[in-house]
Parts: sequence; structure tokens; C-alpha cells
Amino acid sequence: MIAALVYALALINRSPYVTRQGVAREQPVQFSHKHHVGELGIDCRYCHTTVEKLAYAGMPATKTCMNCHSQIWATSDFLEPVRESWRTDESIRWVKVYDLPEYVYFNHSIHVSKGVGCASCHGRVDLMNALWQQPTLQMEWCLECHRAPERHLRPRQFIFSMDYQQPADQIALGEKLKKEYDVEARVQCSACHR
Amino acid sequence: MEGRDPTALQRPHGGRAYWRGLEELAQSEEFFAWLRAEFPRQAQLLDHVDRRQFLKLMGASLALAGLGACTRQPTEEVVPYVKPPEEIVPGEPLYFATAMPLGGTVTGLLVESHEGRPTKVEGNPQHPASLGATDPWAQASVLTLYDPDRSQVVRRVDEILTWEAFSLALAAALEAQAERGGAGLRILTETVSSPTLGAQLAALLERFPQARWHQYEPLAADNAVAGARLAFGTDVNTVYRFDQADVVLSLDADFLSCGGAHLRYSRDFVARRRLVDGARDMNRLYVVESTPSNTGVKADERLALRASRIPAFARAVAAAVGVQVAAPSLGGDAASWLAAVARDLQSRRGRSIVIAGDQQPPEVHALAHAINQALGNVGRTVVYTDPVVARPELQLPSLRELVADMRAGNVEVLLMLGGNPVYDAPVDLDFAGALDKVPMRAHLGLFDDETSALCQWHLPESHYLESWSDGRAFDGTASIVQPLIAPLYDTRSAHEVLAMCLGQRPRGYDVVREFWRRERGGADFERFWGRSLNDGVVADTAAAPKSVALRPFAATLPPSPDAEDDGTLELLFRPDPTVLDGRFSNNGWLQELPKPLTKITWDNTVQLAPGTAQRLGVANGDVVELDLAGRRVRGPVWITPGQADGSVTVALGYGRTRAGRVGSGNGFNAYLLRTLEAPDAASGVVVERTGETYALACTQLHGLLEGRDIVRAATLDEYREHPDFAQHVGHVPARDETMYDWEYAGYAWGMAVDMQACVGCNACVVACVAENNIAVVGKDQVMRGREMQWLRIDRYYAGEPENPETVYQPMFCQHCELAPCEVVCPVNATVHDDEGLNVMVYNRCVGTRYCSNNCPYKVRRFNFYRYTNYSDASLALQRNPDVTVRSRGVMEKCTYCIQRINHARIEAKKEGRKVRDGEIVTACQQACPTDALVFGDVNDPSSRVSKLKKEGRNYSVLGDVNTRPRTTYLAVVRNPNPELAGGPQETGA
Amino acid sequence: MTTETSRESYGVSRVPPEIIGPGHTFESVTDKIASVVLTTRTPRGWLIGLAIAFSLLMLFLLAVGVLFAYGTGIWGVNIPVGWGFAIVNFVWWVGIAHAGTLISAILLLLRQPWRTSINRFAEAMTLFAVSCAGLYPILHLGRPWLFYWLLPYPNTMGMWPNFRSPLMFDVFAVSTYATVSFLFWYTGLIPDLATLRDRSKSIFGRKIYGILAMGWRGSARHWQRYETAYLLLAGLSTPLVVSVHTIVSFDFAVSVIPGWHATIFPPYFVAGAIYSGFAMVVTLAVPIRRYYGLEDFVTLKHLDNIGRVMLATGLIVAYGYTMEAFMSWYSGNLYERYMMWARLSGPFGVAYWALILCNVLIPQLLWFKGVRANLLALWLISIVVNVGMWLERYVIVVTSLSRDYLPSSWFYFSPTFWDWATYIGTLGLFFTLLFLFIRVLPMISIFEMRTLVPGAELKEELHEGVEGSR
Repeated sequence: MIAALVYALALINRSPYVTRQGVAREQPVQFSHKHHVGELGIDCRYCHTTVEKLAYAGMPATKTCMNCHSQIWATSDFLEPVRESWRTDESIRWVKVYDLPEYVYFNHSIHVSKGVGCASCHGRVDLMNALWQQPTLQMEWCLECHRAPERHLRPRQFIFSMDYQQPADQIALGEKLKKEYDVEARVQCSACHR
Repeated sequence: MEGRDPTALQRPHGGRAYWRGLEELAQSEEFFAWLRAEFPRQAQLLDHVDRRQFLKLMGASLALAGLGACTRQPTEEVVPYVKPPEEIVPGEPLYFATAMPLGGTVTGLLVESHEGRPTKVEGNPQHPASLGATDPWAQASVLTLYDPDRSQVVRRVDEILTWEAFSLALAAALEAQAERGGAGLRILTETVSSPTLGAQLAALLERFPQARWHQYEPLAADNAVAGARLAFGTDVNTVYRFDQADVVLSLDADFLSCGGAHLRYSRDFVARRRLVDGARDMNRLYVVESTPSNTGVKADERLALRASRIPAFARAVAAAVGVQVAAPSLGGDAASWLAAVARDLQSRRGRSIVIAGDQQPPEVHALAHAINQALGNVGRTVVYTDPVVARPELQLPSLRELVADMRAGNVEVLLMLGGNPVYDAPVDLDFAGALDKVPMRAHLGLFDDETSALCQWHLPESHYLESWSDGRAFDGTASIVQPLIAPLYDTRSAHEVLAMCLGQRPRGYDVVREFWRRERGGADFERFWGRSLNDGVVADTAAAPKSVALRPFAATLPPSPDAEDDGTLELLFRPDPTVLDGRFSNNGWLQELPKPLTKITWDNTVQLAPGTAQRLGVANGDVVELDLAGRRVRGPVWITPGQADGSVTVALGYGRTRAGRVGSGNGFNAYLLRTLEAPDAASGVVVERTGETYALACTQLHGLLEGRDIVRAATLDEYREHPDFAQHVGHVPARDETMYDWEYAGYAWGMAVDMQACVGCNACVVACVAENNIAVVGKDQVMRGREMQWLRIDRYYAGEPENPETVYQPMFCQHCELAPCEVVCPVNATVHDDEGLNVMVYNRCVGTRYCSNNCPYKVRRFNFYRYTNYSDASLALQRNPDVTVRSRGVMEKCTYCIQRINHARIEAKKEGRKVRDGEIVTACQQACPTDALVFGDVNDPSSRVSKLKKEGRNYSVLGDVNTRPRTTYLAVVRNPNPELAGGPQETGA
Repeated sequence: MTTETSRESYGVSRVPPEIIGPGHTFESVTDKIASVVLTTRTPRGWLIGLAIAFSLLMLFLLAVGVLFAYGTGIWGVNIPVGWGFAIVNFVWWVGIAHAGTLISAILLLLRQPWRTSINRFAEAMTLFAVSCAGLYPILHLGRPWLFYWLLPYPNTMGMWPNFRSPLMFDVFAVSTYATVSFLFWYTGLIPDLATLRDRSKSIFGRKIYGILAMGWRGSARHWQRYETAYLLLAGLSTPLVVSVHTIVSFDFAVSVIPGWHATIFPPYFVAGAIYSGFAMVVTLAVPIRRYYGLEDFVTLKHLDNIGRVMLATGLIVAYGYTMEAFMSWYSGNLYERYMMWARLSGPFGVAYWALILCNVLIPQLLWFKGVRANLLALWLISIVVNVGMWLERYVIVVTSLSRDYLPSSWFYFSPTFWDWATYIGTLGLFFTLLFLFIRVLPMISIFEMRTLVPGAELKEELHEGVEGSR
């Protein structure tokens, strides 16, 4: 009976209720990655500007939206919150989808520079209307890759490609890239916890 | 019991025997009696918490217990900019150059800013007074910026008003003054070194010719000014070149920790005694002082002398080196000591320095000038320049004059820009009383303090990190003070208030910029301005050396007072080593910072020499009453080894009544004994026992060293004989004595601490607190042995209590390769990483405290309560976003600044290179003025740390426990004068 | 074979006369013991006792509430003394818990018939002591709500606990010990539960006891299985008597702290445990026996034997102290020597000498038969020993920590009100459970006592005959 209880707890703990895995989140603006990435083919870095340079990938300022939407769909009701923000100088308060605990220090730039594609963690955002969290973001999930990065590495030119398909000999390729990019994939506690 | 007699401990190759705390020397019953007596009393439990809150908390924590199983992230928001500002990139800290004004000079700083909030202060390598180093006050100043107790509104008596209201009232008052040329207008400032402020004041005095500008701050260098005038008949600024000096004689001067140049002087002084890379030569420091100081700690020969006898001593030195002065007779070993010193000084003509302390009378300063002249030091190790302050003056007379005017009713408008005279003016002036007579009085200050309380108008002042200003360093180099953040509250800087007086209302920025445009006008002003801001120093503004003629004052000196000890006690006033004159009273980091020598926190004490204490029959913690000419103050005794017999030292800066939640009510107010006539030292103080005792929060109470070779030291001669003396102590197990050894392939981080260089300034301790979000726990918790500082500076004594030899040993996590803490943690919360770091995973820690028990160095700190302050929002702005903020029930410790290591490693990996030596600088290392701490990769033979670890002086503390620490220490070497062998210095060892 | 041993184990053939009063029949034994439980009117003394114990238990709950609300800061612990009362009490309780299993298991295997009358509540005492002990490792955590991280379970962090840590060993040792002791105790109860079921007058009683008795009918097969199981459990729990406190002693022996880092710890901890365990048995047995008039079952002979055991283990412990002192001198290790010197003459010297007085000097009185026969004296000595054993743990934990390697970090430990509240609170828990136990369960094994009744031999022979014919 105790065993059953423990097992149940474990299940709950891994359930989307707790992890929010795969739960599409409502946003103040009904922004569609599917439209912008999939259909328009805008590069990730257009909005997430610092993903290659910093720990923080960067969230687009309202100005970034207005670059286009001051002309395109300039009167669309959907975009009213954006225009309002632009007028009132009040930030748009997006809901955080990928939300790591405060004691975890994740660095985008190092992953991107070592052959980890956006899609590897964020999934096919080019197919998501409302964004959801692809993985569980639980520590076991991080370790699953950090303990065997070769299973996920891809050539640098495909980092930002959404529809990249792993080759049949992924492991071989992974091993090669691992050497080439000098991938460390630290499993030391200090790598993420300080 | 072996090793109980500290002087009989084994000292192979000059290893010295160290002990800590007096009673331990006296191996007596009283010792243990005292130990018991001194143990922290139980403060009341559950301090001020009512039943309801208790139940709430109880429920909450029980609920937590349930939720522990599956914790769900609360929904959080991302709030991007609307219009991204230039250069600010979220997640990337920026550094801006600025400068911190303190005591009439500025120190150049680089301040780290996260998304526009300054979080950490570093030194500016380009600034002559800093050279990249900082002091505790600069480090702690960022906490004052966010201090929730800072005054935030304009207040008139007890109604909250606006700046407009004040400017109207001011305008009206000044209009009335205008007719009478401002005869009733007085401005009181602290020492002004800001050229801009000086110019503004000049302009104001032009507008109101009858008005007067006075300066006062309790620690002003009046004696130095008067001394210079006595010696040269003019105002000069003296700059010492310690890097050029072989022999230094300090006449009660604590030049390593006081004054605007102490960081630079520490650097230069230590540079001449750093025994690395085969250096076998070092300078020699003689210190004559009445109360032990950090400078005295570094002395190779130290003489404890009553302050009242130091003038006579100075004369004797002067006479001995050929200055025409009536030489009094010095009694006892002082005479022989002096002879040796004089010979040493003369043998190093032109390569020596004699420096007088700020608390010494003008005569001694003048004599020091004369001696330097006689030794041909002037122009070589001692350089004179024009004064760097806006207007050098004798501040006490100036203040006396002001108070007289106030009494006489000549003052109608009194504008106080900073300062806190009601608290710190000489008591016999009764400043508060005189203040009553002033119809309109306004006080500009960071805090609504004692002075504000007695003014109709209190004006909230901008912190230097919020305001534009400028200032000059000890050598005249000018710096622009630029704000890191817009004022948090509706505050103004002194510049802006003065502009208000001048009928203008520009922002501080314009005032400062306009001044420099006038100074450095011309086409390329923009470039000049940009560069000055960027560098943090205004190019070539250092004051030029000037030659001054020495007046034959020495011959005309009044006959020196009888130097014989008349048996009465003398009372010495000294700045507190942490809160200075009281301006930092409300800064928790500084209040909880152990005083370098006494290791006491949160209080000041009445420091007595062991002999004096014995005669008075008082022990540590006994409350005594000091009676100076009828003025009485009560304070707890602290027996201080090395204190001159008959000298009673009290630290200023405590006993505040309106400092804020942190600073009010700590210690006793020594200003209540400080008079115009005797602002530095007063004779004839009577010390009476009250029978009461007072609990002091001392971070290092007990422990004989018991013959443990934790600290190793030798004399220069011993060192020349055995450069590796430190390694012939104790048995360190060889590597092959360990099974399952691990080879560190990549980086292997390690540190070397040169105790020879450490001057115990405490900068590293505060830097660590600031960098790593370390909590302040309060006096009660410190008394229970729960202080949180990751880095502590241990203090060890050797020799006799009357004049001991003292050594500082910075102690923090040693990152043992065979760390005892790791084996015993049941949940793997503290583990070793592949670079040899002993990492602490807060979020995994369940708080068994087993790791701390098993740590031989006891450098781990535990959150027994929820120490981190979550309730005052403004404090959150200071925290370092790269370091987890720890909550209750979690162990923490030094991480070698893992956040800095990771940052450097990631940047290096992105560029496909290895981390360069010196690329990673720990917070403590960065703050250290003497470069005593060096961090780096010990696998890289060319790194600085590896080189230091190859030095003969290098050894591991507790190496015999086979912890194999990554932090190693370089032993201390002293350079005593052979002539004085067996003198006061050597008897201990 | 089993029956053989079991018969032996009851030592039927050589029942020494002193371990049961004269003139008892099966009937009288059963009546006497069962009546304590089945009587309808609750004795006033019992009520008062329970009231006191229960109020202390409430104090404990308050202390724990405050602890969870504010954190371990409410105790006197600090750096360097990171462990205070919590661990002292933990070790103390675990120690006390040893008597039960020793008496039930080892004495059973050693065929000591005198164990029968005391094993039942000795085992109960064990259980209650273990439950008190088991609380402390959780309470002393900085974040007690995460205690389950000490258990090796599949988790989302992809992590195991650190199996090198003695605290991990503890988790297993103590939980195993608790489980086995419970099973052993419960198995032993089954036949008596059946007796109570049959004799109980209230329906309620019958129902409850009936359920607990698990349908025991006392058939030969039942007996045979029962004895097998009981012996197996005895065999299982015997090594535990040694292992548990050995492992507890690792908490200290494995560390590097002078005064902890000693190979002598395991044996002398075990001896100490048995020492304190038996002391506690006396502390409880004497008053209960008196109050319920069980002099016939718990006879002077029993107490005399217990006295001897205490004397023996006490001497082992004394040897332990001596060796500790001697080795710290003989080792020539600076830190060890200072530690010992500090223990003797340091600020905690009082505690050390008090412990020597309580554990070494006073118990020497047990050499005298007169003292062992004098109930009051024996009882007082047992209490002194309990205090002494607590002091021993206090001295080991606190003095060693307060002065280890770097004198700069040396500090003092002074307990707070909440330290005491938690300690006394667990005493409350212990006695509450004990009082409830003696009220609702037979504190002496009825059926085993019956085997001691003169004349049981006859039955036994028949029984044997049956066996033989099979």
C-alpha cells in the first residue's frame, strides 16, 4: 500500500499538472510562433536576440513587434495590447512558459554554440500556435542529455532550423561533433547550481 | 598537558608560538571562569513574535512539509522593455566608473550594474587611490544606497513637504539675507574636496559677501593642517612614497587603514616586503603607538607608548637625527629603542619615511616634517603638493566660531550639507543648544538623524551612487562621480541644493559638467568629458610636487611637558574600524563586521591594557564608568593586548539614537567625552567599576593554539637561512598514502594566501558578503555563534600581552581535495567537482549540519533561522542575481565565487580557448589592497597561484589531517632590528 | 527440531524456583495478568500517570510546532556545535531500545527462562524508545519536510542519496530495527491476544482482540508454526542488537573530529546501549511490579539478574572510557590529547565527571548482593545510570565539537528552553505509549508464564509424546 502511495506520488510529480509539460499557455497577446516562424520563416534570433551571446535568450521589446506591425496589421484588434504598450510605455506582461527554479542557472549561449538546436528543447515551435513547454524541465531530463549529449547534437548550421531531421547515424555524428565542438556537457552540480 | 605553555611551543626554524585571547595566556582558573562567564548569554527566544504569527508560520511550515513531495512552479511573468535602452542588455552586467567621497578625498571605483541597479562595488585600477582595490566602506556603501531606513521625503518639523516648498522658503529667507549681504547666512559642510562644490560655495559667498562657510567633520585632519602650517607656514598636502622606503617610522599613524590614501599606501608598503620570486629583502617598519592598530600589527618593531609621551619621543627622534630641538630624556627601554631606530633611519637617508598620526598634536606632525627634511627624504619618499581639499582650514576653531555666532544670534539661516554635528560635535560646544537660536535651519542628509531632528527642515540627500559630483584623490587626481541609478527617492545632492541657493535649479549633471567645461573648455570638451567618465579619472590632474621651506620652528617649541608617567589614565578617541565616525552606523554589513583586532561586532568597547585592567580589577565585559572632568559615560571593558599601559581607548561612532533600525542603540557614545581642547586624547580620565556586565558579540572568543602549527612565521634572517622553514613543520601525508586518488585533468582551481601581505583591513570580508548575498544575522545571533560571513580573518597573538606580535589569517573554505564534509552528507548536497571545487548545492541541502561538524576549519555557515531579509523590498535590488539567495535550514560556505568561474569558463568555451590566468578573480581577491589572495588554476604551472604555491613559505593549514586543501598559506616573515633582539618585540618568540 | 529447541528454550526441565512465586496454577497466572487489562475500572494511579505523561507529550508537540515554524535556531546549536540535544537524545533512546531485543532474542536463544516475565514490556519499551529515537533524525534537519530525500527512491532529480554517509546507514539500521522489533513483539502477543479475546466480557474487547489475534485457536499446528516463526525472528533480531548501535556509533567514528574519530566506538556503544537498556527496564519494572502486585512473576531473582547484567556492561563501558583516555594520550596526537584534556578540565569538565560518577562509580555498588536485592537502591542506581548514559552522549557530542582543530572557531554550547522541551517531550511520548500499553495489553506473557508453573512439565511431556509419535 505504501509502495502504491509512493508510486502515485511519483506519477503526480511527473504529471503535466506539476511540470506543465505540453500545456499551451494563454498569453496577453495571441502571438503565434506557428505563423511567425513556420509560415513567415522569421529567424529565432530576430526576437530572441541575445541567445547566442548571453545566458538569457532575450524577450522582444514592444519595439521589435512594432517594427513590422506599425505597418502590417496596424489596426488588428489582436494587436491592440501591443499598440497599447507602445502608446503607454507599459511593458507587455508575457506568461513565462519555460520557467526554471531560481536556483538553476541555465545558459542559452553555451548550448547554442555547442550544437544544441533550439528545437531539441523547445520542440517544433514552428508548429505551435500558442506556445507550450515541450520537456518536463525536471533535472532527470537535463541529465538525460548531459550524460549522453551525442544523441542530440547537430551541426551548427542547423541550430536554428526547426525541421532538422537527425541522420540515421546520429550517434556517430554526435560523437564527431562532440569532439569537434569540444562539448563538455558538465554533470557537475556546480554547472547549474550556485 | 603538552603544549599548554604557549611560549614553550615547538618552533622549528623560527616557527612562532601563537595564542589568542589574554586569559589563555594566563593558564589559570580565572581563564576558565572567564570562559564560562563570557559565553553568550541566552537571549530571549522567539524574539518578538506573537501567538497569531506563530500559528500562521506553524501552519505554513507544516503545509510545506506536505507540499515537499511535488512542488509546482508558480506562474511567473516575463516583462520585456517597451523600447530597449542603449547598451543595457538584460542578463549582462555593466561596469561604470565613479568615485566615493569620504573624509575629504575620493576613491575611484568601478560599479557593477545589473539592468540598471548597482549591485557590487569594485576598485578602479586606473585610480591612484585605489589601483583596483577597495576598502570595507566602499564595499558596504552599496547597502547604504538601498537602506530602507534612508530618508525619502522633505520634512518640515513633522509635516511632509515638497522640494518646491523648501525652495520657496529658502528663496524667501535668502531674499531677506540679500539686503544684509548674507550676514545671517551660514553654510556648514563636511570637508569638501569637490572642485565643483568649492566653486559653487565660492559663487555663493560672492553673492552673499557677509555669509560664512564652515567645515566640520569629527575625523578631520586638523592636526596635519596645523602641523604643516607650523612647519612651513603654509598649507601643504603630503604624499608618501612607501614603495621607495626601506625604513618607516610611524608615530602613532595607522596609515594602512586610515586616511584617503590607505589603500594605495598598503599596496606600496607591502610591495616592499613581498618575499616572492626569490626576493630576500624587505623594508622595516617601526611603530610607536598607544593603541594597537593594523599598522602596528605589521610592525617589525613595535613600541607601545602612552599617547602623551609620543610628542617627547618625536622630539628625541628629531634631536637624534640632527634637528635643532630640545631633546627630553626618555625613560626605560624607550630610550634604547629610540637610539636603534634613529641609527636605522640615518643609515637609510633618503629611503626612509617618518609619518605622524592624525590623532597626534600639530607639533608631532611638524617634527615629522623636520625629521624627513633632515633625513633627506623630502622629494624622494615624501612629496609635498598644494592642498587637494577645496579650502584647508582648522575645522574645530571654525566650528567654534560658528557656534559662537549661533549663540550670539547672528545666524538666521543655517544650511547644513551633510554631516551630523548634533551627534558628533565636541560636547562642550553644546551644538544642539546653539542650534535652537537659529530661526531657519535645514539639514541635508542621507538619514533623518540626530541633527535633522533638531532642524525645522530635513532634506533627503542623494547617495553618491545616485548623484553627479566630483572630487580629488589624496594626490589631487580629480574624478567625476557619476550616478549608477536615478535617485530611488525624491532626493537632491549638495550641488543641487546649492544651485537652489544661487537661484538656479539645474540638475547636478549640469552643475558638474558646466564646471568642467569652464575648467577644460575648448573644442574637444566632449571627448575630454567622455574619457573622464569612462576612465574614472580626469587625466593629468594630479597635483604637482612643490618645494616648501621648513621654518626653524623646532627651536622655538615650548619645553615639552614632563614625559614621566604620572600614573593617571589618558583617554584616547579613535575612529571605529567599522562604522568610522558613525556615518555608517545603519549599515548591517559593517555593524556585523568583526573589528580587526578585538573581533567584536555591533558594539564599541573601552579598551584597556592588561596591566591597567588588572589594577582596576576589571575583566572583559565588565561595565565601567569613564569620568572625564565630570562628564560620565558607561561602556564595557575589552582588554586589548598591545595597548599602552595607562591608555584607555574608546571608539567613536556608537551610541547613535536616530541612526535607523540597524544602527540605533548599539554601543555607547564616546562623543559625550570629546571636548574642543582634547578632541584626540584627554588626560586624567577616571575609570570606575559599576559591577554590571554587558554581553558583547565577539566572533572569536577562545582557543589556545596548543602548539598547533596553523600559523607559521620567522624572522628575515631565519628565512634567509631556511627559505622553506614553513614546510618543515608537522607531517603532511604523501599523495600515495591515499587510496583511490583522483587526477585532475582539466582546470584545478586553487588559492594562495600571503599572510605576509595581509593587513587585516576586512575589505575581503565585506566584498564576499556583497558578492554572495550573505545575510546579516544581528547581535543576538552572533552571540550564539551563528554569524554568516563565509570569510573570516583569524587573529593570533605571540609573545607577551603587553606588546604581542600579531598575525592575521584569512580563513574560508579550503576546498580540500579530500574533503571531510563531502563523505558525510547523506543527500549529496556537498560534493566535489572535476575541477577540485568543493561545491555546495543549496537546493539539495536538508540541513543535517553534519558537514559543518566534520569540517576541521569550521568555515561552513548554517541558516539556523530565515536570516535573509525578504521584507524590505529595496534590499532585494542589491542582491547578486548570479548567486542563489539562501533561505532557512540550508548550509552555505565559500564557493571560490563559482558564479565568476562559470561565467569565465563559458565565455572561454564559446571562444574555443582555455580560461586565461587572472581572468577569474574572486570577490575577496578583487577587493584586497595588498594582493594577498591569489586565485587560479594550479594545474597551469605558469599561473600566478602555481608560482606562489612553489614558494618556500607555502604550507597547508592542518595539512597533517590529510584534507589536502586547495587553499594554501604563505608564512609570515618579520624584519626585526638585530640591535633590538630581546627587546619588546622578540621576547615572545 | 523446532519443538526440541522450543522446549529447551522454555527451559521447562530446569525452571529455577525463584522466577515464579509459589502456589500458582495456570488459572491464577492467567487471571492475575489478564485482569490488569480486562478489569473495567481503571486504577486512579494509572490515570494520574497517563495525565502527566500526556501533558509532557503536548509539550513535545508544542516544541515541534515551534521548531517547524522557526527552524533549528530555537535550539542552542551553533557553528561549531552543529549537533546538540537532538542527536544526544537520538543516541540515548536508541541505546535504551536495546534491552528489549536483547532480552527477547538473545536470552531466548541462550535459554534463560527468567526472561519470560520481563520480555514483553522490555520489547514494548524497545518499540516506544525506537519511535522516540526515530523522531530526532527528522526533527534535527534544517528542512525536515525534505527528510524523504534520505531515502533511496526513484526521483525526478536523477539522484541517489550518498551511501557513504553514516546518516544513510542510520536510516536503514533504525528502520530495520523498528520493523523487526515490532514483528517480534507482535508475534509474541498473538497467543495472549487470543486469551484476552476469549476472556473479554465486552463485545468491543472481543472484536478488537479477536481481530488482533488473527484467528489463533491454539491448535498444535498453530503452536508449531508460532514457535518456528518466533525463533526465526529471534535469530533475525539478534544481529540487530549489535548492528544498530554499531552503526549509530559510526556517525561519530567515521568523522575526523578528535573525540569522535575512534575505533573503540562500536563495541563500547553497544555495551553502553545494553547498559542503559537494562537500567530502563529496572526503572520501569520496579514500580509497575509493585503497583500491580506482580511480585510473584517479576521476582527478586529477575532484578538480581538484571543487576548483574548492568554491572557487567557497566564495566565494559568503564573500560571504554579508560581506553579512550589512554589512547588519546598514547596516540601522541596533539588534537586528541587536547580534546581529552579539555573534556577533563574544560568548561564541560563537570559533565564528564558527573558521567564517570553515574556510569562507573555508583554502579559498583551492584557488586553487593544486598544492594541488588534492595529494590529502592537498585531503582535509584538504574535512574543514575540512565542519567549517566545521557551525559555520556552529551559529552561525546558537545565537547568534541566545541573545540576541534582551529581554536579561532571554538565556541560554547548552551541548551535553550526548547532543547529541554523537546527532550522532556519525548519522555512524555514514551511514557504515554507505555501507560496505554500496560492498560490494553498483557504486560507479561501469559502463556509463557504458564510454562513456568510447576506441573507444566507434565503437559509438556504429553506434548512431547505427541511429538514423538509423529
